[in-house]
Amino acid sequence: MKLVIIKYNAGNIQSVLYALERIGVEAVVTDDEALIKTADKVIFPGVGEASTAMNYLRERGLDQLIKNLTQPVLGICLGLQLMCAYSEENNTSCLGIFEEQVKKFNPDATLQPGIKVPQIGWNNIFDLKTELFYQVKENSYCYFVHGYYAALGEHTIAKADYSLKYSAALHKNNFYGVQFHPEKSAAVGEQILKNFIQL
Amino acid sequence: MLTKRIIPCLDIRDGRTVKGVNFENIRDAGDPVELGAFYAAQGADELVFLDITATNEKRKTLSELVNRISHHINIPFTVGGGISSVDDVRILLQNGADKISVNTSAFKNPQLIQDLAKEFGSQCIVLAIDTKQEADGNWYVYLNGGRVKTDTICIDWAKQAVDLGAGEILLTSMNHDGTKQGFALDITSDLANQLPVPVIASGGGGTMEHFVDVFEIAKADAALAASIFHFKEIGIPELKNYLNEKGIIVRI
Repeated sequence: MKLVIIKYNAGNIQSVLYALERIGVEAVVTDDEALIKTADKVIFPGVGEASTAMNYLRERGLDQLIKNLTQPVLGICLGLQLMCAYSEENNTSCLGIFEEQVKKFNPDATLQPGIKVPQIGWNNIFDLKTELFYQVKENSYCYFVHGYYAALGEHTIAKADYSLKYSAALHKNNFYGVQFHPEKSAAVGEQILKNFIQL
Repeated sequence: MLTKRIIPCLDIRDGRTVKGVNFENIRDAGDPVELGAFYAAQGADELVFLDITATNEKRKTLSELVNRISHHINIPFTVGGGISSVDDVRILLQNGADKISVNTSAFKNPQLIQDLAKEFGSQCIVLAIDTKQEADGNWYVYLNGGRVKTDTICIDWAKQAVDLGAGEILLTSMNHDGTKQGFALDITSDLANQLPVPVIASGGGGTMEHFVDVFEIAKADAALAASIFHFKEIGIPELKNYLNEKGIIVRI
């Protein structure tokens, strides 16, 4: 199986690569169009800022390439957010694979005291759907680091709660996205990566 | 719900863990990777590796160590100690560190925090503060591993650092560190309640009740400890079960 991690100006690429290594899967980190198109599975990672990342993708034509992929694609963190229609982070038009909108956690508008932004740490995921969460228990803990979230929508396949309920994961056709970091989420994260590999 | 975090801290010198550690189930407790992996398997939520290597040449081995850690450990980890430039941080992040912590270098050059936050994002910038309460009742910032006193009040520096882009504060009370008499609840509470970013409490944790207090009374987001874990005085699974019984949300 050929597994490709899309190389662009975002963090956490090495961590994803090493996490795959730990579950015995080799991957290639590349921005080469032909390699990405012919891969069996594609991971679209990301830690960073939305508009900078989108500009980088557009300049290299990677935006069109990603949208038109037909094999299973997994967006992680910023990767998920960039697969949505729009992000409030610097008013950015994104790839539009998922119709869901990306919004900023607003500590002032929350009902719970003590909410800090960004959310950093382990939170439980629930209402799990699709084979991406095969053998993952309801309310398993995953590691999140983010100040923006994808709202709930028809493509939500996992939820999390941080002052409000939002999409911890999205799915549409061949596209999957997770807001948390499976590469840093201990055994639960490894199971989710394995599930993606086996889709 | 977001959980409270339990964070073991490993001191590293010349690529080896410092402080005598004796675990039956691991071959080489002096190896930071083995010890870190052990804590991860025990349910630690994150790890902090603090490099106290004295010389610059030997510090170069730190990036190789970080690379090895990130290959083997499946939870987030922070690397600190002697970091003073954007380039230092880039190398550590490229080798797989999730966050870095800065202390003295950031105090002497606050612009560093801004530069790091702009380049890498606030989420990976942890500001470590060593603080001590003096006879006048105020908490002052100390530098160089607690050897140099400043006239700066702890909360003032913490607020300034957060404004500059620090994403988390690692607060160590020198009055409490090593005493096992409990965390510094008052200063931890001041920071946790007044800052918009998470606060990691460090120094003084000796019993499981101390962890309950620092989360419930002081509202810390995370608690860090070293020797009580290294010397098996408290096991991470038993600590988390205890916290859970007390109604504190932890990852079990």
